[in-house]
Amino acid sequence: MKKNDVILIVVLLAAALAVFGGISLFSAKSGKDPEAVVYLDGEKQGSYPLNQDASVKIQSASGGYNILEIRAGTADITEASCPDKICVNHRPVKNPGESLVCLPNKLVVEIENGGEAEVDGSVR
Amino acid sequence: MAKKAAYMGMFTALAFVFSYLEFLIPINLGIPGVKLGLANLVTIVALYTMGIKEACMLALARIVLNSFTFGNPAAMLYSLAGGFLSLLAMAVAQKIKLFSVTGVSVLGGVFHNLGQILAAALVVENAKLLYYFPVLVLSGTLAGTVIGILAAMVIKRLDKQMHD
Repeated sequence: MKKNDVILIVVLLAAALAVFGGISLFSAKSGKDPEAVVYLDGEKQGSYPLNQDASVKIQSASGGYNILEIRAGTADITEASCPDKICVNHRPVKNPGESLVCLPNKLVVEIENGGEAEVDGSVR
Repeated sequence: MAKKAAYMGMFTALAFVFSYLEFLIPINLGIPGVKLGLANLVTIVALYTMGIKEACMLALARIVLNSFTFGNPAAMLYSLAGGFLSLLAMAVAQKIKLFSVTGVSVLGGVFHNLGQILAAALVVENAKLLYYFPVLVLSGTLAGTVIGILAAMVIKRLDKQMHD
């Protein structure tokens, strides 16, 4: 290993940690009423507040499905028709900016900050 | 020539087995894409002992073989994106001679993860997936360091045997 290698490794690790820390700080500050927003093929399908337990079956255009469970303030995909199960193995998400992705079904579940301006916000 | 064909065959088999090993014993940290990338060991060794063309062919053979055996078309798409961006980065890094094998491997790991996340973001049409990029830079750097140190040891021993 050369000195340049060590510099490269240290710079990459420091940059990644700095960006990661920045994101965490930023999302912690703005985190109010987070909700899980479902996108299929880039199109918004609906949103579910994290403070309300729910279980939703999301049907994709290709005939596949994913089951999204919202429990105790976290969103998790518990079942999916796709072969690789990457979305099912993903840990539950709860912080704004985090997302669950199922590539075969072109599904993204993203945690966003809910707010009054949100048209698709839930009304009680 | 026959010797080169033999090495290519052996490297392909080795890369395939390494991928299978990682498929059998997945390290699931909850974030997709975090893995050691053992198969990249073969790509780097090929890049240093044989050259870019051979490394490219090996990577392509491994990805196609793996995708048909354990994966699916979606997995193949992002394996290809990750594999080739990684190889390109490593070939450039090797050419500019700024880094040793370890540095080249680290860049390969990071660019592999960048390629995969870009492909994923394109498929689902959601650029916000890049949120995970810092985590993947971290894992790519660590995995690349380990693989790079191993590759340096293998290259040192193999290079003499292959070219005498």
